Amino acid sequence: MGLLDQKFESANIVVTTMDKLLNWARLSSLWQMQFGLACCAIEMMAASASNFDMMRFGVIPRATPRQCDVMIVSGTVTLKMASRIKRLYDQMSEPRYVISMGSCANCGGPYWEHGYHVLKGVDRVIPVDVYVPGCPPRPEALIEGLIKLQEKIRNESMAKKKAV
Amino acid sequence: MTAQEIHDILKSQFGDAVLESKLDGVPDPFIKILPERIKEVSAFSKNDERLQFDYLMCLSGVDYKGKLGVVYHLFSMTHKHKIVLKVEVPTDAPNVPSVEAIWKSANWHEREAFDLYGINFIGHPDLRRILLPYDWEGHPLRKDYEVPEFYNGMRVPY
Repeated sequence: MGLLDQKFESANIVVTTMDKLLNWARLSSLWQMQFGLACCAIEMMAASASNFDMMRFGVIPRATPRQCDVMIVSGTVTLKMASRIKRLYDQMSEPRYVISMGSCANCGGPYWEHGYHVLKGVDRVIPVDVYVPGCPPRPEALIEGLIKLQEKIRNESMAKKKAV
Repeated sequence: MTAQEIHDILKSQFGDAVLESKLDGVPDPFIKILPERIKEVSAFSKNDERLQFDYLMCLSGVDYKGKLGVVYHLFSMTHKHKIVLKVEVPTDAPNVPSVEAIWKSANWHEREAFDLYGINFIGHPDLRRILLPYDWEGHPLRKDYEVPEFYNGMRVPY
């Protein structure tokens, strides 16, 4: 509310569109599914900690998928984990978003050839909105991915059907 | 105690069950043991006053192409000496007696060797997969393992 804070002398009316209001609400409170899969999770934790402080973008880690808006797939998705990730994603309420963080979640990363146990990209089981490259990506890169996702949400419209 | 002295104690106790060995010129001297006798040798190594190998540092599986092996890294907390025991079994009948009753740390290590190499540890109380999903087929660290095309509807190759 920074823009409008302390600008009115008494109660007042602000006119906007539902799209803008909903998108603004959604993009400023992206609650995050709290789980990490590999070394990318360390960078994700660093992004949440005080130096980078993802909470200033409204990102709060939640321990249950039912309260989450965004799933950050941070690390190597093994085939054993893939079915769990699919189930967690299915339990999240819409609108839901996915950030694929790091080379492993994007395409299998260093395990692309000999990783018999690694899913070659999390987009084989769930739809991905933003891919963050890196091995692992620095917290700045993750935050840029988050801002890209916010831009995407900002341009959504209730009138247009979202293809999922 | 040197590796040679450890070898001599085991040799005098078990005779033919102690096969060839390499005791100098390697960082970890090893002694090959007859697979059927490994449990006796292990129990003796742990309980004998001179050896007292009370700590199984690691138990690993190996694929030698045609043969499978199990490697036991032993350490004695009392005497501060160590030795490596090895057994080799044919790939089509990979049966090795379990040493879980002697060192409890062998429990998960043997499950891992079973999971990834398919070595059958006779007498293990709970021999099931530990890392891979229970419905996985095959033992991936074997040299002749081929990556499946699909697992539970998910395509595996890149």
